[in-house]
Amino acid sequence: MARLDYKVSPYLYIAPFFVLFAIFGLYPTAYTVYLSFTDTSPLNPTTNFVGLENYTTLLGDPNFWNAVVNTIGMFVLATVPQLLMALILANWLNRRLRGMHFFRAMTAIPIVTSTAVVALIFGLSFYARDFGLANGLLELVGVEPVDWRAEKWSSWLAISTMIDWRWTGYNALIYLAGMQAIPNDLYEAAEIDGASRMRQFWQITVPLLRPTIIFTVIISTIFGLQLFAEPVMFSSGSGALGGGSLGQFQTVTMFIVEALRAHNRWGYAATAGLALLLMIIVVAAINFLLIRRLGSER
Amino acid sequence: MTITNRAVPAIQRAPESTDLRPGAEAGRRIRRAGPLAVAGLIVAAILSALPLYWMVVIASRTNESAYQWPPALLPGGNLGENVQRVLDNSDAAILKGIVNSFIVAGTITLSTVLFSAMAGFAFAKLRFRGRNALLISILLTMMIPVQLNIVPLYDLMITFGWLNDIKAVIVPFLISGFGIFLMRQYTIQSVPDELIEAARVDGCSTWRVFYHVVAPALRPAAAVLGLLTFMQYWNEFFWPFIVLADPSNPTVQISLKTLNSAYHQDLSQIFAGTFVATVPLVIVFVVFFRQIISGIMEGAVKA
Repeated sequence: MARLDYKVSPYLYIAPFFVLFAIFGLYPTAYTVYLSFTDTSPLNPTTNFVGLENYTTLLGDPNFWNAVVNTIGMFVLATVPQLLMALILANWLNRRLRGMHFFRAMTAIPIVTSTAVVALIFGLSFYARDFGLANGLLELVGVEPVDWRAEKWSSWLAISTMIDWRWTGYNALIYLAGMQAIPNDLYEAAEIDGASRMRQFWQITVPLLRPTIIFTVIISTIFGLQLFAEPVMFSSGSGALGGGSLGQFQTVTMFIVEALRAHNRWGYAATAGLALLLMIIVVAAINFLLIRRLGSER
Repeated sequence: MTITNRAVPAIQRAPESTDLRPGAEAGRRIRRAGPLAVAGLIVAAILSALPLYWMVVIASRTNESAYQWPPALLPGGNLGENVQRVLDNSDAAILKGIVNSFIVAGTITLSTVLFSAMAGFAFAKLRFRGRNALLISILLTMMIPVQLNIVPLYDLMITFGWLNDIKAVIVPFLISGFGIFLMRQYTIQSVPDELIEAARVDGCSTWRVFYHVVAPALRPAAAVLGLLTFMQYWNEFFWPFIVLADPSNPTVQISLKTLNSAYHQDLSQIFAGTFVATVPLVIVFVVFFRQIISGIMEGAVKA
């Protein structure tokens, strides 16, 4: 009895994960690859094997490339300032200060807000075309009001600020955890050598934080390229999956859902899903190499 | 760094903590916040709170005042009325959404904590064939985004008859790879091998070892994992958007989507909706912010 317990129970303890993963992870992944070679659609009575047709159609689809450009554009516009701000914020949070708990809690509070709520608060009030706060403030300084949803640059900017508000504090806390692992002696020695705070930050903190920075960049890449809720909620009214009248802010994920739900092109949606995965892997690899080089040059 | 250790109980206390170094006291004196840091933190705190404050202002005023310039800066007295209006809105079904979100996030949280603790314990303390390979395979599976698989998953939901049923947003997410890693790490850190061996010598079965020896020690990590999981699934938007298309049986986030697409002229009602959707998590946050913050920081160190 005890023998059986020793041999079998480890597998029972890990079984829930692997059973669920087999059904909702492994099987769908294999099926996605299969679907990408077919013209599967709930509207088609039969399913045909179409070879690489979905792939060639996708590569020639201007709407897909538009979505790719939008996704990467918003990702860069949101992530670069976000991680820089998070780094600075973490450096401040890492000092000794009265009310430290309060400031940490305030930094973290945006994470209780769902992306849908963020998008509604920013989209309907701050970035409303008429009566919006942003336009009100612009008018005060004599700038023409902006129709935020009408252009690529303005909609990207608006959506990026939503992402940054939600995630800057989160990343700052992750950097703070990394900073607390840096031994104080290093700063003391630098202080004795007369290095300024600025120099200490760039020459001690940032290089030693490199593994943490790489971690946040990879995480931001994975989630940033899946961007969905903010742009969907940014379009008022229905037809939200299109991302604006001309797809100014349609992301790849919106493109996939549109192919699935609005166009009933399941095979095509599966192909676009694989393209998104490839895109995430490629961009994450590029970012990894960039950050690694940036650090080692210092 | 004593401050940190007080803020975050057991889980944060890593052995490599620098507290006991002889130079720590001097180091702390050097690293006092300057005026720039204080000013920066105050600005950051205001910016963090501002959108939520703004939500309360609009949710507590009449719809007309949401469109006035200069805008009203203080909350008004219409919060109850606006909340009542959004609760009564049968298209958005937000009350149903809130109940559903509690069921969804609650079920996923309980099951994630339990299954992650069990698997984390097995990977940390039990010996079996293929342990390392299986552990690495979990790490790899964490990289597959749901987006990749939405077509087969959607198809699967149709097959199971789960479209517009909250089972569709619960069952696929009952366990997480991240949770297993967190629990495995915490088991290694907090449960000595001798303790388990002693229980074995006393004739405890694996289940009794887990239930009586390991599980009590895992409580702090379980709290952190539970809080993060609950918040994540309360706020989840993408998958419910796909499978709960029928607005009569929504999660709370999907109720907000319905409000946005049909009532976007009625700002005070929509903001009352966002208020109702956010308040439960704000309460959770106020009560548990130390655990939540330590969870975010800990997660980064572990991963």
